Amino acid sequence: MKLTGAEILCETLTRLGVRHLFGYPGGAILPVYDALGKSKLHHVLVRHEQGATHMADGYARASGGVGVAMATSGPGATNMVTGIATAMLDSSPVVCITGQVSSKLLGSDAFQEIDITGITMPITKHNVVVSRVEDIARSVREAFVIANSDRPGPVLVDITKDAQQASCDFDWETSAPKLPTKRTRAKYDQAEFDRAVELLNSAKRPLILAGHGIMQAGATRIFEQFVRAGHFPVAMTLLGIGCFPANDPMNLGMMGMHGEAWVNHAIQEADLLIAVGMRFDDRVTGDLKTYARDARKIHIEIDRSEINKNVKVDSALVGDAREVLEQLLPCLDGRKRGDWVAHIRELKGDSAVRDIQGLPDNGHLYAAHVINDLWKETGGEAVVVTDVGQHQMWEAQYYHHNTPRSLITSGGLGTMGFALPAAIGAKFAKPDADVWVVVGDGGFQMTMCELATIVQEKIKINIAIVNNGYLGMVRQWQEFFYEKRYVATPLVAPDFAALANAFGIRGERISSRADVAPTIRWARESKEPVLIDFRVEQEDSVYPMVPAGGALHEMIRRPNSPLVETAATEL
Amino acid sequence: MQTLVAYVENKPGVLNRVSSLARRLAINIDSLTVGPTENEEVARMTIVAHTDGRGAHRLEASLEKLVDVLLAENVSERSLLERDLALIKVTADQTSRPHLMELIKVFRARVIDVAPESLILEVSGTVDKIDGLLEVLRPFGVLEMARSGRIAMTRGGDLLRPPTATENAGSPQAK
Repeated sequence: MKLTGAEILCETLTRLGVRHLFGYPGGAILPVYDALGKSKLHHVLVRHEQGATHMADGYARASGGVGVAMATSGPGATNMVTGIATAMLDSSPVVCITGQVSSKLLGSDAFQEIDITGITMPITKHNVVVSRVEDIARSVREAFVIANSDRPGPVLVDITKDAQQASCDFDWETSAPKLPTKRTRAKYDQAEFDRAVELLNSAKRPLILAGHGIMQAGATRIFEQFVRAGHFPVAMTLLGIGCFPANDPMNLGMMGMHGEAWVNHAIQEADLLIAVGMRFDDRVTGDLKTYARDARKIHIEIDRSEINKNVKVDSALVGDAREVLEQLLPCLDGRKRGDWVAHIRELKGDSAVRDIQGLPDNGHLYAAHVINDLWKETGGEAVVVTDVGQHQMWEAQYYHHNTPRSLITSGGLGTMGFALPAAIGAKFAKPDADVWVVVGDGGFQMTMCELATIVQEKIKINIAIVNNGYLGMVRQWQEFFYEKRYVATPLVAPDFAALANAFGIRGERISSRADVAPTIRWARESKEPVLIDFRVEQEDSVYPMVPAGGALHEMIRRPNSPLVETAATEL
Repeated sequence: MQTLVAYVENKPGVLNRVSSLARRLAINIDSLTVGPTENEEVARMTIVAHTDGRGAHRLEASLEKLVDVLLAENVSERSLLERDLALIKVTADQTSRPHLMELIKVFRARVIDVAPESLILEVSGTVDKIDGLLEVLRPFGVLEMARSGRIAMTRGGDLLRPPTATENAGSPQAK
C-alpha cells in the first residue's frame, strides 16, 4: 500500500497508541496537518509551541506513556526548546515531531530553516533528521522506544517537507525499530548486592530517599512492601511525591532545600541512606561536605552515570528500581527500628508549632491556607499541576499526595510557565481526574495564552493562582540574602478573574480565608473551567529553607512572630 | 589524563554528539581519534581527556547512554599500548642535514619527503617519544607539524570488541 510520508506518520502514531497530540501548524509541517485531518488522531491546537511540549510532558507524566508534541520548522521548533529541556531534566518521555525544509534546501538558510537537531542535541535523549520517506515509520517507532525505555527522556524527530510529501510502500513489519546493538553491562555483581543487604540489615538509623524513578519503574507496590519489611522511614524528593502514601506513618515528607525540618535532621542523623530512583540533586543535599556524614549509602538507580556523581556511595545497585527491590526484598531480616522512628516523630514537635496552618486566624490569607483547603476539599485525590516558585514548595508541603502521578511539577529545570499547559496535557491523559493548576502570578503570566486552548478544547480544569504580587521565591531570596532590595520582583498583573472572563472562563477573586473552601467547592461543582485568583499575604516566605550550598541541618526557620508564640502557648 | 575507547555507529553527527557530551560535562579533550573498524558500520574512537577517574567514569557512563555509542570503556587502568603518529616538516640545509639524519636514526623516524631547504619526517610511537624528538628538532627549526592523536589498545587477551547482534540483548525495550 503506497502512502505519503505524512500519512505514514499519522498511521504510525495511531498504531503506536497515540490518541492526542499537541501542536501548532506551519509551512514545513503542513503536509502532516493535511494528513492529520483524515486520521483519527486528535490534535490539540496550542497557542505557543512551548505549551505543546509542556502539554505532551504533562500527558506523559500523568499517564506513564509517551506524550507527543508537533511544530513546524524554524521558530516553531525553537519555541519547543524550553519544554524539551524541562522533559530532559525530569526524565519525561516526550516525542517531538518537527517539520523541516525540503532536503535540497538543507544548509541554505532557507525561510524558517534552523538546525533544530543541533540545537536540541544536549537537551534530548536522542534526535534525528529524517529526509527519506522510507525512514519515517521506523524512525518514529525508534523514537518511542528510546523515549520510554531505561531512563526516559525526550526524543526529537525532524522530518523534511519532501519526505512528508513523497510516497512509498508502508508495511508495519518491515518498519520495525532497528536500534544499534549495544553492549549489555553486568549491572552489579553478587558482592555489591551482598554489601547492600549487609548494610540494610545492620543499620540502626536507616532512611529511604525516594525519587521519581520509583514511579517511572512502576515500582510503587514493591516499594511499599520493601518499606514495611524493613521498617524504613521514607523521605521523598519533590518528584518522588506520590510514590508512597503521604498518610502513611512511615512517610516523613519532602527533603531538601524546603523539606520539612525533621526530614533534613533525620537525613543528617541517619546511619544508612537508601536512595531509590533519585540523583542527589544539589537542592536535596545542600553542602556535600556536611551531607549525611554518619551515613553509609546505597544507591538504587537505573542510570549508571548518576552513581558517585554528587555523593559517593558504598553500594551501587544499577538497575530498574522494581527489579532491584524485588531482589532485595526477600533478603531483609525484618528487624524493627522503633527507637529511631520514635526519635524522628519527636523531631516533628517544634515544626507543628511553626506550621502556619496551626496558627490562629489573624485576618490574613496565607498561601498555606489555600493549599491546605484545596487538599481537604479534594480529599487529596486531585491531580495537582504546579509551576515553579513559592507556591510549588507550599503545595509540596501542604498538599498530601497519596497516589502516584498525582503531583506534576517541573523539578530539575524549574520552568516557570509549566503548570497551565502541563495540566491541559494531564487532563487529556486522565479525563476523569479532578485536575488543578496551582500557579503563581508570575509563572501564570508566562503561558496564560493557553487559557484559549482550554476553551477551544472544552476541557474542565481548575486554576488556582497564588497571587502575592511578587515573583515570590526571588523576593524571598532578596529578603534573606540581599537585604530586602526587591529589584524586579514586584509584579503588576491583570485582573485575573476579568481576564478569565475575557477568555470565556469563569473567574473569581478571593482574599479572605473563610471564602477559600466554599470557592474551591464551587469550582469543583462547576462543569466549566474555573480560575480563582487567591490574593495571599505578599511577603510570606517558604520555611524552612536551607540556603543554597548550606548544610542541610542549618535551616532558616519561620521567625518567632507574635503569631508563632500564641500558637506555642495554645499547644 | 584518562584514556577511553569507544565503538560508535559510523554515521554523520556521531562525532558531534560525543564531543558535545564532553563539552557539556566540562571535560577538556586532549585528543580524539576516529577510524573505521573491520565492520564498516562501526567506527572506533580513542578519547584522551583531561580529567580524573571520577570524571572518566561519568564520561564513560554518559557516552554509553548515547544511542549511537555501542560501547565505551575507560581503559586508563588497564595494561595498554598507546600510539601517536606525527609528520614533522623541519628546516634542513646542507650543514644541518647530516646531524638531523643521526637524530632520525636514533628515534627510528623516517624521511618521507626531501626538499632543498626542508625534510618531512614521519614518526610514530608513544607521546613521550614524539615529544622527545620534537624537543631535539626544535633548534633546527620546526616549520610545520601534524599529529594524529592517540590510538590505544589493551594488551593480550583483554579484548574490546563491538557487540554483535547475536551475542547481545542490550537494545532497549519499550515499557
